[in-house]
Amino acid sequence: MSREDERSESSERASGEERPASDAEVREIRTDGGDEVEIPEVTHVSGSGVPIRGNDIDTDQIIPARFMKVVTFDGLGEFAFFDVRFDDDDNPKDHPMNEDRFQDSSVMVVNSNFGCGSSREHAPQALMRWGIDAIIGESFAEIFAGNCLALGIPTVTADSETIQDLQDWVDENPDGEIDIDVEAEEVTYGDTTIDVTVDDAQRKALVEGVWDTTALMKSNAGEVRKKAAELPYVEDAAIPEAE
Amino acid sequence: MSEGTLYDKVWDRHKVTTLPTGQDQLFVGLHLIHEVTSPQAFGMLRERDLEVAYPELTHATVDHIVPTADQSRPYEEDAAEEMMAELEENVREAGIDFSDPTTGDQGIVHVIGPEQGLTQPGKTIVCGDSHTSTHGAFGALAFGIGTSQIRDVLATGTVAMEKQKVRKIQVDGELGDGVEAKDIILEIIRRLGTEGGVGYVYEYAGEAIESLGMEGRMSICNMSIEGGARAGYVNPDETTYEWLEETDYFQENPEKFEELKPYWESIRSDETAEYDDVVHIDANELEPVVTWGTTPGQGVGVTEPIPAPEDLPEDKQDTARRAQEHMRVEPGDTMEGYDIDVAFLGSCTNARLPDLRRAAEIVEGRQVDDDVRALVVPGSQRVQEAAKEEGLKDIFEEAGFEWRNAGCSMCLGMNEDQLEGDEASASSSNRNFVGRQGSKDGRTVLMNPQMVAAAAVTGEVSDVRDLKEVTAA
Repeated sequence: MSREDERSESSERASGEERPASDAEVREIRTDGGDEVEIPEVTHVSGSGVPIRGNDIDTDQIIPARFMKVVTFDGLGEFAFFDVRFDDDDNPKDHPMNEDRFQDSSVMVVNSNFGCGSSREHAPQALMRWGIDAIIGESFAEIFAGNCLALGIPTVTADSETIQDLQDWVDENPDGEIDIDVEAEEVTYGDTTIDVTVDDAQRKALVEGVWDTTALMKSNAGEVRKKAAELPYVEDAAIPEAE
Repeated sequence: MSEGTLYDKVWDRHKVTTLPTGQDQLFVGLHLIHEVTSPQAFGMLRERDLEVAYPELTHATVDHIVPTADQSRPYEEDAAEEMMAELEENVREAGIDFSDPTTGDQGIVHVIGPEQGLTQPGKTIVCGDSHTSTHGAFGALAFGIGTSQIRDVLATGTVAMEKQKVRKIQVDGELGDGVEAKDIILEIIRRLGTEGGVGYVYEYAGEAIESLGMEGRMSICNMSIEGGARAGYVNPDETTYEWLEETDYFQENPEKFEELKPYWESIRSDETAEYDDVVHIDANELEPVVTWGTTPGQGVGVTEPIPAPEDLPEDKQDTARRAQEHMRVEPGDTMEGYDIDVAFLGSCTNARLPDLRRAAEIVEGRQVDDDVRALVVPGSQRVQEAAKEEGLKDIFEEAGFEWRNAGCSMCLGMNEDQLEGDEASASSSNRNFVGRQGSKDGRTVLMNPQMVAAAAVTGEVSDVRDLKEVTAA
C-alpha cells in the first residue's frame, strides 16, 4: 500500500471542513494492542504540489513553540507555519498554504536546509497532519529528515535549478500531479521526469517498509543486552533480565 | 571515511548490529528526557503495550515550560501544568529518576547531565532536543533525536543511525579579552554556514579549545547543530577528568573514576586519526561576534560592517535580505549601537556559573539601562544556588536585573518569558530565528554573556572591551 491511498483521509485544514485527526488515520501505522505493528511500504507518493520558497526555513517557523504545549500531536496540522500564514488577529496572510488552489496538495517543494534548528518532531507531524505526504527540496537538516522518515515521509533532494523549475511548475499547475518514485529516485511532473536523490538508508527503509524501527530493533534485545554488558560504564543492575 | 577518531571508536563500541536499511543500531548509554518531546513517545509505548527497557539509563528533568518566576503548583498556565503532570506520571510508572524542582537538581537538561556526572566520555547520549550535542564537550557521542526515536530508545535502549563523516575544526591561538567560546562557535558557523555541517560530526581541537574550561567547551558543542552538525565533541583530557571527579556520580562511586579512566583514554582520537575534512580557525583574529540576522550563521565581529546581501554567496542573498529587513539593519553599519529592549542571560549555551561570573563583572557597579528589561535565568538550581552564595545574585539585582529560577525561559519562549511586539533582545542563547523568543516580530541578537551584560547596561549592542577599559581605568 502506498501513502497516496489514504491521502484524502489525512487532510486536515485550518480553514475548510474539520476532520477529527486520530493518530491511526494520519500515521497509517496499525497496532493490534500488542507490539505487532504493520508498517506500510512507501514506494510511490503522488499528489499535487505546494511550493514553500526560501532557504534555512527552521522548525520554529514550521511549528512555533507555543503550539507545542501539548501532550499529543493531534490537531497540530492547523498550526503549521502559523506565524507566516496568519497575522496577529489570525487573519490569513499571503502564503501558499492559505491559497485555495493548494489546499489539496500533498507534496511540498522546498529549497535548502529545510527544517533546520530544533529537533521537534512536531514540525513534520504538523506538516503531515496538514496533508503533506512527501517533501522535495534542495537539502534538509538531518534531524528533520530523520523525523520525516520515522513518519514514512520521504525527503528527496535535487539541485537548486531543478527545484526552482519544479516550484515554478507547481505555481502554474497547482492541480498537476507530481509522482515520486522512491525506489527509482525519479520524480515525474507534466512531461518532465527528473532524477532525484533519496538517501540510501531512507530509500531502503521506505521501500521495504522498515521505517518504523521499534519492533525491528526490539527483536535484537539479546544482542543489545550483550552490548550493554560489554560497555565499561554500564552497571550490571541497569541491564534488564531477558524476557 | 574517518578512522581512529573518537567518533569511530565510540560508534564501534556501541554498535549492536547493522539493520536491513544499512543504518546501524546503536546502544544508548544515557537517555535524557524532558516534558516537551517525550509525552507522545510514552503514548506510543502504551499504544504498543511496550515498557521502558533501560529505565536506569534514563533521566528526566523539566525545563522548557517550567515557569521561572512563580513555580508553585499547580502552575498558573494549565498547559504547563498538564505537561508537568504527564511527565511526573510517566517517570513514576517507568521508574525513571527525575530531577524535578523539589530536588534542588532541576535545570536545563544540558546543564544538569554534566553537573550530576551522568554525562561521561565515551557514552552515547541522546535526548529529544537538538542541543544534546552539548554533552560532546566531555567526549561523549551526543545528539538530538525526534519523538519517534525517543519511542525507539525507550522501548529498546537503542537508536537507528547512519554513520557520518568527521570534520576536525582546529582552533589555534589564544582568545583575546572579552572574546569567548561563544565567539569561536559563532565564527565557525559564520564561515561554514548553517548547513555546512550536515552529514558531519565536528571534532573541536587545538590549543584554543584545550585551554577552555568545560563550560566553554559545552557552549561550543552546544551550537554544533546551528552549523548543521548533529553532534560535536572535544577529546577528553585532564580538564574533563577534573570536572568529572567533582560530580555526584564519582563522589558517590570514587572507585569508578579509576576504573573508567582507561576507557576514557582509549576513546580519544588517535594522533594518526584520519578525518574527512579539516578546517583551521585562528583564535587570535577573533573579536566578540554578534548576529545581525535571523540565522546563527549571520554573524559579524562587533566592530565590523554588516555585509551587503549582494556580497554574499548567491544562495545566501535572499535570506540575508529578508533578515536585514526583519532586523532593520543596514549593510555597512556595525551592530554596535543597535538599540536593545531586553537582555537575556540564560539558556543551555551560556547559563553556567562562569558565564554568570563574567557577566557579573561587567554589571558590577553599573545599572541596567532605563529602557531595558534584563533577566538572568540560571541554567540549573545548582548554578542558581552557587551564584547566590558567591554574591552574583546581589550584583545582578542591585544593577536592576531580574533574578529567576532555572529553565529554558526566553531562549524559546515556551513559558511566560517572551519578547513582546518588535522588542530587540541581546541574548546569550543559541537561536535568532524569527519568532524564536516568543514574538514573531521580536528581534534577537546573539552574543556572549559578557556582551549581553554590556548591552544591558548601555541599552545597545556594545563592545564589551570598551567597558572593560573603563573598569580597569
